[in-house]
Amino acid sequence: MSDTLLSVEDAVVDLPTPRGNLRAVDHVDLAVGAGKTLGIVGESGCGKTMLSRTILQLLPKKAKLSGRVMFDGQDLLKLPPEKLRKLRGRSLAVVFQDPMTSLNPVLTIGTQLIETIQEHLELDLAKARQRSVELLAAVGIPAPEQRLTQYPHQLSGGMRQRVAIAIALSCEPKLLIADEPTTALDVTIQAQILDLLAREQQRRHMAMILITHDLGVVAGRADEVAVMYAGRVVERAPTPALFKQMRMPYTEALLAALPKLDAAPHTPLPAISGRPPDPTRPLKGCSFSPRCRYATERCSTEKPSLVAAETPEHLYACFHPIAARVPA
Amino acid sequence: MMQQVSSDPLLKVENLVVEYAVGGRTVHAVSGVSLEIARGETLGLVGESGCGKSTLGRAVLQLRKAVSGKVLFDGHDLTAMQGDALRKMRRRVQLIFQDPIASLNPRRRIGDIVAEPLVISGVADPAKRKQIVDDVLSAVGLDPALVGGRLPHEFSGGQCQRICIARALVLNPEFIICDEPVSALDVSIRAQILNLLEEMKARYGLTLLFIAHDLAVVKSVSDRVAVMYLGRLCEVGPSEQLFASPAHPYTALLIEAIPVPDPDVRPTQSVPVGEPPSPIAPPSGCRFRTRCPRADARCVDEVPELRMVAPGQFAACHHPLI
Repeated sequence: MSDTLLSVEDAVVDLPTPRGNLRAVDHVDLAVGAGKTLGIVGESGCGKTMLSRTILQLLPKKAKLSGRVMFDGQDLLKLPPEKLRKLRGRSLAVVFQDPMTSLNPVLTIGTQLIETIQEHLELDLAKARQRSVELLAAVGIPAPEQRLTQYPHQLSGGMRQRVAIAIALSCEPKLLIADEPTTALDVTIQAQILDLLAREQQRRHMAMILITHDLGVVAGRADEVAVMYAGRVVERAPTPALFKQMRMPYTEALLAALPKLDAAPHTPLPAISGRPPDPTRPLKGCSFSPRCRYATERCSTEKPSLVAAETPEHLYACFHPIAARVPA
Repeated sequence: MMQQVSSDPLLKVENLVVEYAVGGRTVHAVSGVSLEIARGETLGLVGESGCGKSTLGRAVLQLRKAVSGKVLFDGHDLTAMQGDALRKMRRRVQLIFQDPIASLNPRRRIGDIVAEPLVISGVADPAKRKQIVDDVLSAVGLDPALVGGRLPHEFSGGQCQRICIARALVLNPEFIICDEPVSALDVSIRAQILNLLEEMKARYGLTLLFIAHDLAVVKSVSDRVAVMYLGRLCEVGPSEQLFASPAHPYTALLIEAIPVPDPDVRPTQSVPVGEPPSPIAPPSGCRFRTRCPRADARCVDEVPELRMVAPGQFAACHHPLI
C-alpha cells in the first residue's frame, strides 16, 4: 500500500502476571491505508484490545512491547510522551465500548468537548463552543445547544456513544480506533451508530480500525478484516475474500457458529468444542489446533506462519487451509 | 386471550401489569401483557433494553409482584399464592440468568451450589443428593469428580453457565425461564450453550421462556417468538413465519437492523430514527408510534389490540405490514 497511514510491524506485547508471562499480542503485522477501514475480529482475550492499546501507546505500565508502530511517518515507540499526547486526540482518536466509563461523569458534555478542542486546536472559547455545537449536531444529537450543559448520566447509552464519537472526531483525526463501539448498545441503536461512523468516515476521509467480536458488524463495513486468535492474526484478507474464500479453519468455525436468521428453528449449531488456550501457557504448535477438526500431528508441534493465498493481500496461518471455494 | 396455542397451556399470562416506583415516579415496565406457552414449547421473548422482558420473566416467577393480572401455571394462579404453596410451585419453575459468574456464590463449591436447591426442597439424604448432582453435572457436560470440589472462579463463563443450567435442572423442573443466557458469552461458546439448552430441553421434557435481545439467537431456539416494546407485546407468531413476514413495523425494523455476516448484504440505511421513549412517560396510543414510519392520528389516540394477521400470528398495530 503506497498510502499506508498506520503500520504495525512484528508487535509483541508481554504482560507479567502472577501466573507467569502472558503474551497478549504475538508477532502481529497490520497496515491501514488512509481513508480505509480495517476490521479486527476475535473473541474475548484474543488480544484485539491490547493491540489497539499498542497502537495508541496506552499499554499498562508493566507491559513489555517490541516491534514497530509507524503512524503517518513517525515511529510511535520512539516519540517522547509529550509528542505522543499531542498526537492522541488530535490525529489518532479512539471510541471505547462503554461510553459511561469513557466520559467523565462530573463534567458536562460541553466542558469535555471544548476541553479537547482547545487542547489540540488553537481556538478561543466562543469558537470552540460553536464547533462543539456543530459536532453534536453532526453526530445526530437533537437540541445540541442544551446538551452542552448536561452531564453524561442525563443521556441514554446511544446518545452517550454519540457524544464520545463527537469528541473523537472533534480534531479531524486521520485514524479513528473504534473498540467494540456498539457492543453495549441495542440492535437498532447499533445500526444507527455504525451508520454514523461510516458516514463521518467518508466525509472526513478518515481511516478507521473497527474492533468487534461480531463478524456481522464488519461484513458490510470494513475494506479488510483481520481475524485474531490467542494473540495472533490468523487470517487477514479483503472483506469479500475473507467471507467467501476463507482459508483458516477458525474463521470458518466462527462464522458457522453464528445462529443464522435464514436457518429453521432448532437447527443445531456447529459449535467449536473446548475453549481458547490459557494465554499464560502458550502452546507449542497452532493455538487453535486443540479445537480444530482438521488438526494433525504437525499442528501440535509446529506453529504455522502467515502465508499468502492466491493474492498477496490474503494471508492465513494454517497447515491445512480450507480449499478455495468456487466464487458464488 | 385470542392467541390460544393449545387447549391446555403450561403457562398462561393474563393482562399482566407490573409497575414500580423510581424517585417518586412510576415506571410502566409491563403494561397489560397476555401470552401462553404450550407444554414442550419454547417461546422466545425479544426486545431492546428497558422493554420489560426481564421484568415479565421475574413477574411470572413472582419475584416481582404484579399490580394486576394473572399468571396461571398448570392451572394454578401464582399471583394468588403465598408462602409454602408458592415455594412448592417454584420447584417446578427455574430461572437462568445472563451473567453466569455473578449468579454463582464465589465462596461455595460447585457441588454445594448445585445441591442447594435439593437441600432447600428437603432432600435430606446426602448420598442421594450427591447422586442427583453428579447425574445433572454429567448431563451438562461436566465431570462431577473434577468440578464438584472446585470454586466458581476456576471456571470460564461458558462453564459457569453450564453449572447454572445444572443447578436449574437439579429439581427436575417443568419450566425454565432463560433470561439472556448467552449474551455474556463469546460466539464459539454461545453455540455450545444454545445446543446444550436444546439437548436438555429434549432430555428433561422442558418448556422454555427464552428471553434475549438477539433475534438470530432467539430464532434458533424458539417455536414461537413474542416481540416486546416499552412494556407491551407488539407481535407474537411462529418463528419462521414471523421472520419471513413480520406484521408489526417494529418487528420489521428489528430484523432489518441485524448486522448480517455477509459482505454482499449492504447495511440498510432505513434504521429507525430516535430511541425508545422512557417507560416513565410512555407515548399515548401505540407506544411505538414516535419511531414508526407508518404512524398517523389514530395511533396517537387508540391503543392497538393484538389481532390475528395470519394463522397463529398476532400483531398489535393499526397499520400492519401484512
